[in-house]
Amino acid sequence: MLDFPTWRKVWLWSIAIIAMLAALPSLLSATSVRWPDALPQPMVNLGLDLAGGSHILLEADPADVAAQRLENMEENVRSLMRNAEPRIRIGDVSTRGGQLSFILDDPSQMDQAREVMLPSINGTGLVREWDLTMEDGNRMILSPTADGTDTAVNDAMESAIEVIRKRIDELGTREPTIIRQGDTRIVVQVPGLEDPDQLKALLGETAELEFKLVDQNALPSDVAEGRAPPGSEIYPYAETSDFAGQNLAVRRLGGIRGDNLTGAQQSFDPQTNEPVVTIQFDSDGGRRFAKLTTENVGKPFAIILDGQVLSAPNINEPIRGGTAQISGGFSVETANRLAISLRSGALPVELAVVEERTVGPDLGADSIRSGMLAMAIGSLLVIALMIASYGRFGVYATIALVINILMLLGIMAGLGTTLTLPGIAGFVLTIGAAVDANVLINERIREERARGRRVVAAVETGYKEASRAIYDANVTNFIAGVLLFLFGSGPIRGFAVVLIIGLFTSVFTAVTLTRMWVAAWLRKARPSDLNL
Amino acid sequence: MRLLKLVPDNTNIKFLKWRIPFFVVSILLIAASWALVMTKGLNYGVDFAGGLEVRATFTQSAEAPVAQLRDDVEALGYGSPVVQRFGEDNQVSIRVRLPDDVAADQEAAQEAANEVVSTLQAEYPDFRLDGNDNVSGKVSGEFRMTAIYALLAAMAAIALYIWIRFEWQFGVGALFALFHDVSLTLGMFALFQLEFSLQIIAAILAIIGYSLNDTIVIYDRIRENLKKYRKMPLPELLDLSVNETLARTVMTSLTLFVALLPLLIFGPASLFGMVAGITLGLFVGTYSSVYMAAPILVWLGVTSDSFVPEETVADVQEKKARGVV
Repeated sequence: MLDFPTWRKVWLWSIAIIAMLAALPSLLSATSVRWPDALPQPMVNLGLDLAGGSHILLEADPADVAAQRLENMEENVRSLMRNAEPRIRIGDVSTRGGQLSFILDDPSQMDQAREVMLPSINGTGLVREWDLTMEDGNRMILSPTADGTDTAVNDAMESAIEVIRKRIDELGTREPTIIRQGDTRIVVQVPGLEDPDQLKALLGETAELEFKLVDQNALPSDVAEGRAPPGSEIYPYAETSDFAGQNLAVRRLGGIRGDNLTGAQQSFDPQTNEPVVTIQFDSDGGRRFAKLTTENVGKPFAIILDGQVLSAPNINEPIRGGTAQISGGFSVETANRLAISLRSGALPVELAVVEERTVGPDLGADSIRSGMLAMAIGSLLVIALMIASYGRFGVYATIALVINILMLLGIMAGLGTTLTLPGIAGFVLTIGAAVDANVLINERIREERARGRRVVAAVETGYKEASRAIYDANVTNFIAGVLLFLFGSGPIRGFAVVLIIGLFTSVFTAVTLTRMWVAAWLRKARPSDLNL
Repeated sequence: MRLLKLVPDNTNIKFLKWRIPFFVVSILLIAASWALVMTKGLNYGVDFAGGLEVRATFTQSAEAPVAQLRDDVEALGYGSPVVQRFGEDNQVSIRVRLPDDVAADQEAAQEAANEVVSTLQAEYPDFRLDGNDNVSGKVSGEFRMTAIYALLAAMAAIALYIWIRFEWQFGVGALFALFHDVSLTLGMFALFQLEFSLQIIAAILAIIGYSLNDTIVIYDRIRENLKKYRKMPLPELLDLSVNETLARTVMTSLTLFVALLPLLIFGPASLFGMVAGITLGLFVGTYSSVYMAAPILVWLGVTSDSFVPEETVADVQEKKARGVV
């Protein structure tokens, strides 16, 4: 038990020293001393609650994706049938109940219709995306498969993450963390952000831009009440536009989407000097935009952003250059934001902020300072108590405690874990509890001496008998820590991480290292009595 | 140098003599805690109740205008806010539990949060926003469920471990002690209406871990003594075990306490509730290890046979072969 061969001593010291060295860069970062760049730089990350920053949890509505998908399918089917050879005429198209259903004018074209739709039904991936059923000999019903919807939601989330990353990069923010959480959520963490509102506005903007023709035949009274004529739909004007509070009827189909853009900039209208957004279409988008404007000269078309009409100007002449200007009562700031959003692409799905936590940078710095102060005072009190109670054995426990704190910090840095505000409480708790092992051992040695055992035998029995309880106690604490980690979020996880790593470093320093030192002392001094 | 001894050597306190009255008191305290939780309720923070919380410092003021802030925020029409001093005299936390229709609409909830902050920023030039939390009803509901799962899972897993390492009676005893600790902590939070947040759940889980330390140390000694003194009556043996480990129990509780106390006094205000919870749990946990975990063993009929390994067939044959039997 007290026998420590040299290789074992070297081994134990190496572990302790390497772990402690890993803490150095983090400790030095608080001072003016620079850690040489050539060496590895393990660092303890500071959580947002200490460094300041924003944590935003976004959630998508899968129904939104499903609805979008159904609409795309409808457009797709219409164009497939129109372009089929010979043309297939369909009617009574409906998307009620999440299904696309239509009847063929000529039931004998059933097989041909199925043939042209087959690639769309099967999809491009491994799963079949739509189920096709037939009713009454002439009706075809397409219903989305669960697998197909899941894939669509998954794709939408993946590309949403990309879009978010581009948008945040545009803000020039350093080191954002963007992670998918579960099926429909995305966590965005941005440290040290000056203006969280700007970020939220940027994330909340789907930036789905559409150009649709205005339905000029709609009765104004119907439009005001939100009733759309067949083939049209009603959109409200945006609050920033001149017609805020009014509705507009637009043709449901035949418009184009602004998702093939190559650029978007905030600029000023040369005539009115009003802030506007200038967009450039790619060649395909430019061609379609030119076609739309050529075929409808003299008619108004609506510019719709995220389901709200920005403006509905008349098409004075065909726009062939692939560049268009969007106005809608913007300020420079909102125009700029829209330009960023359009540049980074539309979010494939609307995201809502379901949780937001922001901490100012000043508060975080205050927390670290007061946390460190409390930790220092706490450590000194624990050390005083240990030395007063156990003398030499208390000194060993103290050295072990200091190594423990440094190793804990070093391992956290090496693993790249995050120190959070509750993590500071975890540190303090570890300091208070780490010496428990020493208390158990020392009390046991006292007892064994009182029973008349000789010094070496008492120390051996003390370590041996106390180890069992130390082991069991640490396992139960480990269980509590792991559950805390599994169920906890953000800051709480930081607490769990400190507790769990602290258990390992505590046992190593308070049991293994002190035993090595006690053994060396017993061997050298050969005391006949212990002052314990 | 004479060393400090907090507990004299060879104490012989009859802890278990008073086990029935203490146990009755403990049961009453548990019942009272739950009654408090049911009637007064816990003061849920935004984590569990949803809504928004704004923390701010009035940098040029000696004291935050708490009453005025309450009126300002109430005037916005989202109901009556909870405005509390938070840390220094010029720091406050403003908590608004949004009306149901606003909370249900995530955009409206966002707008409400922005409105509260911008109104106060306009009204008070020295208003410094230290942070804000904005939790939707859906997410807060999930937090409530995970908190309950985490507590139940921790208690179950730990009781199971003790059962495997010791005997089922010890598992039940430990579970009961944990239930006592969790109940009393909840009761205290209901009584003093301290904000109950996710951090407090973390505190309770830490309490579960550390309260168990004491229980395990005492149980370990009981197991050892059961093997050593096979004829000793159980209450006497439990008393002996508690007394033998008393010095350690006191010392460890004290080191934890002196480590936590500075954090409670000087530490960041946003950790106060959590540290207060852990500190409180420290005392409750030590008490329950002695007065809940140990006496239950008497009633559940632990005997010294529990830990003497049963003779296997091979052992018996070996003994026969050597002519022992």
